[in-house]
Amino acid sequence: MSRLPLDGIRITDFTWAWAGPYATLLLAFMGAEVIKIETNKRPDHARLRALATGPGAKDPDLSPIFNDLNLNKVAITLDLTQPKAVALAKRLVSISDVVAENFRPRVMDRLGLGYNALKEVKPDIVMLSSSSVGAVGPESKYAGYAPIFAAHGGLAHLTGYPETRPVPLMGSSDLRSAATTAFAILIALYHRARTGEGQRIDLSSVETISVLIGDALLDYIMNGRVPIRKGNRDEIMAPHNCYPCQGEDKWVSIAIATEEEWQSFCDVMGNPPWIRDEKFSDAYRRWQNQEELDRLIGDWTINYTHHEVTERLQQAGVAAIPSFDGTELFQDPHLKERGFATEVTHPKIGKRIVLAPPWKFSDTPAQISRRGPLLGEHNEYVFGDLLGIPKAEIAQMEEEGVFY
Amino acid sequence: MIKIEPPQVGDEARRREPFLNDVPHPERSAFFFYLNTSKLGITLNVSTATGRKIFQELVRESDIVVEDNPPQAMKELGLDYESLAGKNPRLIMTSITPFGQYGPYRDYKAYHLNTYHGSGVAKILASILPEDTPMPTKGPGFLGDYDCGLNAAIATMAALYNRLFTGRGQHVDISKQESLIATERIEIDMFGNNERGSTVWLQYMVGGLQRCKDGYVMITLGGKHHWEGLIKLLGNPDWAQDEKYEEEINTYIHAQEINKHIAEWMINQSKEEVYHRAQALNCPIGMVNTVEDLVASEQLQVRGFFAEVEHPEMGKFKCPTASYRFSKTPLRFELSAPLLGEHNEEVFGKRLGYTPEELTHMRGAGII
Repeated sequence: MSRLPLDGIRITDFTWAWAGPYATLLLAFMGAEVIKIETNKRPDHARLRALATGPGAKDPDLSPIFNDLNLNKVAITLDLTQPKAVALAKRLVSISDVVAENFRPRVMDRLGLGYNALKEVKPDIVMLSSSSVGAVGPESKYAGYAPIFAAHGGLAHLTGYPETRPVPLMGSSDLRSAATTAFAILIALYHRARTGEGQRIDLSSVETISVLIGDALLDYIMNGRVPIRKGNRDEIMAPHNCYPCQGEDKWVSIAIATEEEWQSFCDVMGNPPWIRDEKFSDAYRRWQNQEELDRLIGDWTINYTHHEVTERLQQAGVAAIPSFDGTELFQDPHLKERGFATEVTHPKIGKRIVLAPPWKFSDTPAQISRRGPLLGEHNEYVFGDLLGIPKAEIAQMEEEGVFY
Repeated sequence: MIKIEPPQVGDEARRREPFLNDVPHPERSAFFFYLNTSKLGITLNVSTATGRKIFQELVRESDIVVEDNPPQAMKELGLDYESLAGKNPRLIMTSITPFGQYGPYRDYKAYHLNTYHGSGVAKILASILPEDTPMPTKGPGFLGDYDCGLNAAIATMAALYNRLFTGRGQHVDISKQESLIATERIEIDMFGNNERGSTVWLQYMVGGLQRCKDGYVMITLGGKHHWEGLIKLLGNPDWAQDEKYEEEINTYIHAQEINKHIAEWMINQSKEEVYHRAQALNCPIGMVNTVEDLVASEQLQVRGFFAEVEHPEMGKFKCPTASYRFSKTPLRFELSAPLLGEHNEEVFGKRLGYTPEELTHMRGAGII
């Protein structure tokens, strides 16, 4: 097996829910050993509380969402309200390269696991703290979840249609925050490898969303304009929308940027008489009259399947692709050939399809090597093998509830 | 970071709004500015033999090449990874395309609208749009392209880190479609396992999006302690005293009824007041902020989210920076975005050793 980018990197992972665990998942795909710290007192949200598991989930090892966010990782339990558990966590940090956490700011300090305390046991540690609005500032104690990040970060106001309510997306904001987190950790690891210097990183999930609307922010800063939702529309291109196709709720997306593409598009449609209407005679007029334009195009697309429209337009050099639903993605020959999904077998959940890592490296392919861990599954490996604690001592601490 | 643009026309983003004072001008696109600060800018026509030779000289001294041409384009120019890495085995090359370097859709054309829909995330977004929304809808602006950029940055950093240990570079193939699919990993996985998406559970969500007198707030509860905070925020109303709400599960089961009560109360409140009072009561609520709200936010100001920048054509203004603060390697935000070809002399002259005469001739020949 070839080397993976993060082979030899160990991460002590205090994160939970979605935004933290997806960040360390991305690093685990790249070969990092991620040791996830949990407690029976308050198992990871994704084990029991995740909206998608439905209300009333009881078994922490049955959550497919937890499995999906914690592939490749090992999991231990520590009751961090006990001093002995905190001491063990510190020992683990002393043999780690990275610490990741997404409690509210100051919780780690209160537990005796703040950056300064951890730096004492591992001077070059990289510590990543991810929180709703960051660790400093008047609102730093405020809490939030993914839809709040989208709302507060400015994305919700711009998502959907002007005549209806804003749309706060859902879990994807956690995953966006997480991807940014993984990127920041990689930068700190690179810096450490070159200089020997560790550091702490303070990340705001809300800001990870706000940077995605930088152009809208600048429109306000420069022109005093407050942009609003505009559905599928573009500022320049038209046609630029989804068009109905044969079948129930089937749509094809078509976007046209140049006059050449427009001509090809008209040819594929068989040059119907309406294209010669003054209203559609140049790009700006098409943009101005796009509502009517969209209706006319829809009258054509409805005669075909979204795949037929896609093929005919792509052959003519026009950008078109179906608006796939989740099921169609898994039937799609292109994604199949690229290996976008794979299967893992979980002792309690059974066989489960999960998405593969979203990168193709020529030399160091990222990979899924293991399904998600059961709660406390790797206590023996971590406390016995890694930390070298004698069996009797482990049994004693077990008795005292240190590993609860 | 040396940005290469085609001579005369430059990056397409230079023709995208917003423009300073709404006056379209290639050096006044805020969109281009935002995406290109802290880079050097050169112009080079790689479809000419001389342009290709200069590009190869530049690559020989570079660690990373990032490109987003159609999959065959770089090969046709002799500038694909294999050719370039032959002269510089440490080279990392990241190629970004709508559907990746291989597979049946490899050569499909796609703009942001298309990749957003082709990744399935528009249909997932559609499941939380208002019920009468006629069609699946893309995320705002260039959301999916930003997602892809971040995904490519992660992979590129990993390849760079890996090179510290192997001395070897590699080729990284990034698909916009797959980058977007990754942003809905959890939802999309469910469909792979013949399950319906999580939105079937939305009816059990207490709070959610709520309308205030001056906008909207978003309520997301993560436990009983948050529920208790919410009830305090609402002023301990009678309906909430029902014994059944002692059991958290009953708050889910009766979420629709509870949400009606919340809506009645919320419509008379101001979003900012609700936000601060709720958070003080340990109830996670966020405002639906407009860009105006964000620019005025004290929290963002204290964190230094906006930096003062200066541009020769646009003057001084505030610009969003990044979401992370490094204690030892703070973000540098010193360079403005480059004017078209601004650093030609510096890069071609000082770094690659071309004389002013040569540069003049190459400019005349449309090479730089």
